[in-house]
Amino acid sequence: MLSRSILSRQFRQTASATASLVSRPASSSLSSTPAFQSFFRATVAQRRLLSDTTRQAITKAVASAPVVLFMKGTPETPQCGFSRASIQILGLQGVDPEKFAAFNVLEDSELREGIKEFSDWPTIPQLYVDKEFIGGCDIIVSMHQSGELAKLLEEKKVLAVEEGEGKKE
Amino acid sequence: MAETSITESSLTAALTDRLKATHVEVTDMSGGCGQSFTSLIVSPEFVGKNSLKRHRLVNAALKQEIAQIHAWSAKCQTPEEWDKERAATGGSDGPPLDGTTGGKVDGVSQ
Repeated sequence: MLSRSILSRQFRQTASATASLVSRPASSSLSSTPAFQSFFRATVAQRRLLSDTTRQAITKAVASAPVVLFMKGTPETPQCGFSRASIQILGLQGVDPEKFAAFNVLEDSELREGIKEFSDWPTIPQLYVDKEFIGGCDIIVSMHQSGELAKLLEEKKVLAVEEGEGKKE
Repeated sequence: MAETSITESSLTAALTDRLKATHVEVTDMSGGCGQSFTSLIVSPEFVGKNSLKRHRLVNAALKQEIAQIHAWSAKCQTPEEWDKERAATGGSDGPPLDGTTGGKVDGVSQ
């Protein structure tokens, strides 16, 4: 899959920049004790309301690129089949890596729960284009199949410009 | 995870009741743990609504249920669209399995 290998390095960079943008604790391991505890505190806390800080961070994340995907894992190593399918579709569509950002919700429990409330959408992945919520995996797949996604991405001018065949890394 | 009594049939009943669905297929794609479901929902309430609005309607109708499970996938059709698709394909292709591996979801423990 050529498009994917072209995109992947950029994807990885964007995704790893994620943690610093949205969150404080750098730990990505839920199994270590402190992270595990903070995970539960956060879970209890966001049963109330999305905090202003989290909302602001998510607003910033959504605006960080024309195409933004909140996913489980990274574009390089998706941790869930639905996130994998979504990232593959964006690759197949030829989304310009320069205009794309991925955020790994597994690295940040506040983001993971906060994005659900922010978008009023219960599942991950979630796709935003030009700060507008497009949908989750089912919608991405059906828009991909119907041609709507290609049309949208074209209109928003977020596709990579083809410079001949096979731009290698 | 929390105990759930969510099953294919409880979800089917909820969708039939809350969305006045005329046809519902719910398939457990968890491989046994009962926390991932995919569905085909046919309801007249979807008429005149785009895909995002249809999914939002379903998400709202199943808010409690979806919050308790790991994965949820839906295909939302109006009765007319469903009839048309069945006529075209010689039978509906059922609930979506995109993002699964052979109909089973992976990575749900994350």
